[in-house]
Amino acid sequence: MSGAFRISNAGRLTPARTARFTFDGKAYTGVEGDTLASALLANGVHLVGRSFKYHRPRGFLSAGAEEPNALVEIARDSARKTPNVRATVQELYDGLSAKSQNRWPSLSFDVGAVNDVASPFFSAGFYYKTFMWPKSAWKNLYEPNIRSAAGLGVAPDQPDPDHYSSRFAHCDVLVLGGGAAGLAAALAAAETGVRVIIADEQAEFGGALRFESGARIEGQGGWAWAQGIVAQLKAMGNVRVLSRTTAFGYYAQNFVGLVERVSEHLADPGHDVPRERLWQVRAKRVVLATGAIERHMVFADNDRPGVMLASAARTYLNHYGVAVGRNVGVYTANDSAYGAAIDLKKAGVNVAAIVDLRDNPSGTLIDQARAAGIEIHDGRAVTRVGGKLRVSSMTVQPKNGGGERTIAIDALLMSAGWTPSVHLFSQSRGKVAFNEDKRFVPGTYAQDCVSVGACNGTDGLAASMDEAYAAGTKAAKEAGGKATKVSKPKVDADEIWSRGMLGSAPGAGPDTTVKAFVDFQNDVTAKDIRQAVREGMRSIEHVKRFTTNGMATDQGKTSNMHGLAIAADMLSKPIPEVGLTTFRAPYTPVTFGAIISHARGPLFDPTRRTPMHGWAEKHGAVFEDVGQWKRAWYFPRAGEDMHAAVNRECVTVRKTAGLFDASTLGKIEVVGPDAAKFMELLYTNPWEKLEAGRCRYGIMLREDGFIYDDGVVGRLAADRFHVTTTTGGAARVMNHMEDYLQTEFPHLNVWLTSISEQWAVIAVQGPKSRDIIAPLVEGIDMSDEAMPHMSVREGKICGVPTRLFRMSFTGDRGFEVNVPADYGQAVWEALWAEGQKHGAAAYGTEAMHVLRAEKGYIIVGQDTDGTVTPNDAGLDWAVGKKKADFVGIRGLTRLDLVAKGRKQLVGLRTKDPRVVLEEGAQVVDNPNQPIPMKMIGHVTSSYWSENCGRSIALALIAGGRDRAGETLYVPMPDKVIEVEVTGMVFFDEKGERLNG
Amino acid sequence: MLLIRCPYCEEERPELEFRNAGEAHIARPTDIAAISDDDFEKFFFIRQNPKGIIYERWRHLHGCARFFNAVRDTVSDKFVMTYKAGEPKPSKLPGVSK
Amino acid sequence: MAKAAQKTGIVEAERHPALAGRNASAAHVTLTALEPAERISLRAPEASLAALSKALGLTLPKKPKTSTSKGGRTALWLGPDEWLVIDDAGGDLLADCAKVKQLHSAVGVSHRNVAIGVTGPGAETTLNAGCPQDLSLAAFPVGGCSRTIFGKVEIVLYRTAEDAFRVECWRSFSDYVFTFLSEAARDAAA
Repeated sequence: MSGAFRISNAGRLTPARTARFTFDGKAYTGVEGDTLASALLANGVHLVGRSFKYHRPRGFLSAGAEEPNALVEIARDSARKTPNVRATVQELYDGLSAKSQNRWPSLSFDVGAVNDVASPFFSAGFYYKTFMWPKSAWKNLYEPNIRSAAGLGVAPDQPDPDHYSSRFAHCDVLVLGGGAAGLAAALAAAETGVRVIIADEQAEFGGALRFESGARIEGQGGWAWAQGIVAQLKAMGNVRVLSRTTAFGYYAQNFVGLVERVSEHLADPGHDVPRERLWQVRAKRVVLATGAIERHMVFADNDRPGVMLASAARTYLNHYGVAVGRNVGVYTANDSAYGAAIDLKKAGVNVAAIVDLRDNPSGTLIDQARAAGIEIHDGRAVTRVGGKLRVSSMTVQPKNGGGERTIAIDALLMSAGWTPSVHLFSQSRGKVAFNEDKRFVPGTYAQDCVSVGACNGTDGLAASMDEAYAAGTKAAKEAGGKATKVSKPKVDADEIWSRGMLGSAPGAGPDTTVKAFVDFQNDVTAKDIRQAVREGMRSIEHVKRFTTNGMATDQGKTSNMHGLAIAADMLSKPIPEVGLTTFRAPYTPVTFGAIISHARGPLFDPTRRTPMHGWAEKHGAVFEDVGQWKRAWYFPRAGEDMHAAVNRECVTVRKTAGLFDASTLGKIEVVGPDAAKFMELLYTNPWEKLEAGRCRYGIMLREDGFIYDDGVVGRLAADRFHVTTTTGGAARVMNHMEDYLQTEFPHLNVWLTSISEQWAVIAVQGPKSRDIIAPLVEGIDMSDEAMPHMSVREGKICGVPTRLFRMSFTGDRGFEVNVPADYGQAVWEALWAEGQKHGAAAYGTEAMHVLRAEKGYIIVGQDTDGTVTPNDAGLDWAVGKKKADFVGIRGLTRLDLVAKGRKQLVGLRTKDPRVVLEEGAQVVDNPNQPIPMKMIGHVTSSYWSENCGRSIALALIAGGRDRAGETLYVPMPDKVIEVEVTGMVFFDEKGERLNG
Repeated sequence: MLLIRCPYCEEERPELEFRNAGEAHIARPTDIAAISDDDFEKFFFIRQNPKGIIYERWRHLHGCARFFNAVRDTVSDKFVMTYKAGEPKPSKLPGVSK
Repeated sequence: MAKAAQKTGIVEAERHPALAGRNASAAHVTLTALEPAERISLRAPEASLAALSKALGLTLPKKPKTSTSKGGRTALWLGPDEWLVIDDAGGDLLADCAKVKQLHSAVGVSHRNVAIGVTGPGAETTLNAGCPQDLSLAAFPVGGCSRTIFGKVEIVLYRTAEDAFRVECWRSFSDYVFTFLSEAARDAAA
């Protein structure tokens, strides 16, 4: 048995195919194809949640994505818990486990409901006004307590074990919405042969045909016709049909984001199936067929469980075969609720009465209701309902006042009319227009899209489908489709319902204090909106923020128009003058999983490894992240901490030699007859006279005169330079060079090619470096005479090509061995084997930093920060004084850059040699001055230098070079450190070791 | 995500392949070393940042890697046209009055 | 080379390609780390193309997103003056270009790039998990090629058959690209 309220012979599900599920621990049985909502209703369960602020009992308002009340937690296991799932959307699967939210200790007895009794204190703006003082209490007292009392679901605290996928897709015509209009548009477009994608948020296509029993198309029921069309579309090679897929965002140039719920409805999704799939669709034309959403009536206690939209009750009956009650009342201001009443009556449900706010309503549906023997109270209003956890009666009163009458009911169906779903249209930056039917409909379009059917304010099935078919044909033609024979579907019978009402119903007007809900999810009543206007809010945007109306995750799908009408009424202004709030993406909540899709774990960001990474790993390297690169930081041996390892590495390099993986350096090959001319323009140094086979340290500036990058450049031939950049600067330096070459110096015959990853680079540094390399090299004379410091040779090492640089970033004799990347590991291993004969060590980036600091070599980005000139860095010698032009030449002569007192890079020696300064520490000249002290600079690099037997530091100090010998101070929280200003070179000041 | 027509690839390509590169038609003075502080300020620091039509540089970084120029409306975020680097500022813009 | 090595006693360095031996297959798509190939980045003005084409033995394509292929060599148009030339047959592209006196720049990038084969009916779908371009046959026909984006990195994409692509990326990004492709392949059935 799948529930006492399941009606035999009603609905489209197969009763034999049952599915078991639990709600708040209690076991129930539903039917495959149910939503959690329909399955609970079939079991007579209406109470499913507590409201956000007042903790009022809540049931199901709708049967779709607009649901503001029935939010539950679905848990598959301890890690897979999804809060705030709309029970009206969640499809049932065998074993589903759901829990109600925002209640304690239980759903039927909730302590938090005291907020409802105390609600006069919790009116709109309460939080803003009450929790102001003292300021500090907000963070420690108010916010934590409010947060725990309010809010809906609880986020899971474990990593999400599911996986998500993404897909870029392109099509000619994208149809959003798979109701009658959407299907007609898709069919029309598809027949022209263009690429079509049609998406609908429901499990099955058909839209309002799910409940609209009066529709007949092409000689069959509307629903059956829809299923036939879907099958036809699926069979076409040019059409992609996406069900359970929500278009959540409409972005520039017909770029639409869709989320497909791939396995949320499956009991056992399996390993390879993603939970959700993100579609990023680019469409030449978009057809919006998003339908309309029914509005509720705004009257006292309209949030009681059992009070729901008429179309929802009709859907539960006609699609799921579920009666929402045994004795239902109807409260309406338009015709559509009559259809629900008639269908329920036919199914054997007692319809206690239809209360119609209109005087003397007339039309086919009204006649049919009368004929079915349903009592109609026209010109009357439902002023309140009875019952606490479930509606038990409705109180009916003539709309202009008079005698009350209470009618017993167990469900109340309501309809205030239909609101066209213009959300996606609005997201596309289209402007809505308020039409004579008091509806906001698409007005001015901003993109290549068109709205059809109910979302366009078009009433009636026949008219909607005509409009949709024409729009589909036109969109396809504009997208390049060929005209074909027309097979427009013919509508035999339809239902037409328009009009309705906006705002509060009688009995919930300005003179009352009742709780007539406008926004169920955020607990906003008609009274709150009026209060916002009374307190001075004039724009609907302010009313919205003051009351939070429409700001919940349902984005006011049912509440916006009512809220607007109530505000307009209070302001005595027409609705369009008060204005509609802008709809923003997402249309319904989207999981972070779907947005991130593949980009998690190892795919969150690329991890770049050098060709020698495996060797370093095997030899115990500790790695550090440098941008996306993993670089060997230091190589600790047994029993060594970082300090000991780095000290040993530094000493070994200077004593014998060290091997260092420098592969991450950026490398650019500059080729062409104008290569030297180009280098002259991009670097401060002169290049024209650099001989082939020689190297030079180059500095690159930005146009403003500040250091942008640096590196050693080797001239391989008259027309070929091998340029190196910093690791972090590789991409931007290439871009900077291309920019100038392409746009400022396009007359130069030169080309740039990134070779960063073509060459693995092994730095061999130290007095024994040549002895280690030479035995493996062929075709290069490595003697000091043939290959002096700062030269480059091409030859072979280990039988493979090399570009061998003699250069040093340590101040000792050194080489950088470039080999094609795939040979990097093998050549490293060969050099390592040679090195072992001399006691060489592998060293990491930390030792590299220390060794270069001992020599006062700067690191761009550490010792410079984008405001440092070559002069500031003590590198004036690298600026070609006779050059007529280079990038930055004019910047260097700016007043600020030649002014006295600029911060200059200097060395600092702590008075106590054992004290190592903190990088970034501020420097002052008088530690006894009052706080805030005048800071004259900061430490940029600081290390313990085992080779110097003391700490060393570089700092940018105002007028630094003139302060040589001065004592300065570095104030720290617990002490003041005395330092002496020195030159930048701490080791081998004469530079004799380069040839040592 | 915008679609941008690359004048070198001769088709519209997804924005992910491109990088904006600031305002267009600001030529680096050929005698830059000699220009006044005021002229340098105008050249290097001052930009239009208009509301409406802007002439700007883009690079099809992850495509043909060419720099090119584009006319874009900063209000609607729509591209009016694109053209190759070095071509003059268009005197007439398609579909734009004034 | 081996001879020289014997003479000097130097052991020739072994080559370790980045994705050596990696492959993956899913229901509709197979991923293969392709064998090392010779590659150059070729840059040249229009006037040099005839001479370069002659030296390389294939006509350099001039139209965007197109390629030419002959005798194990393929030239991919990457930009108006830029080609990626790949030789799978062991030819020496740099030596061939060195004979050309006309203006050009040929730079060896054999080791910079790594190639991955993506084949099978799900190839297009797999690539569209991270590539924003329209890869339908109409927009990206067989022989079509383009530098583009895959996830967070740059690739060169070359369609070798209706259901086969060659993906080229830089060496250090190859692990990311291969891993992403493997993930995407799992979802390429739909």
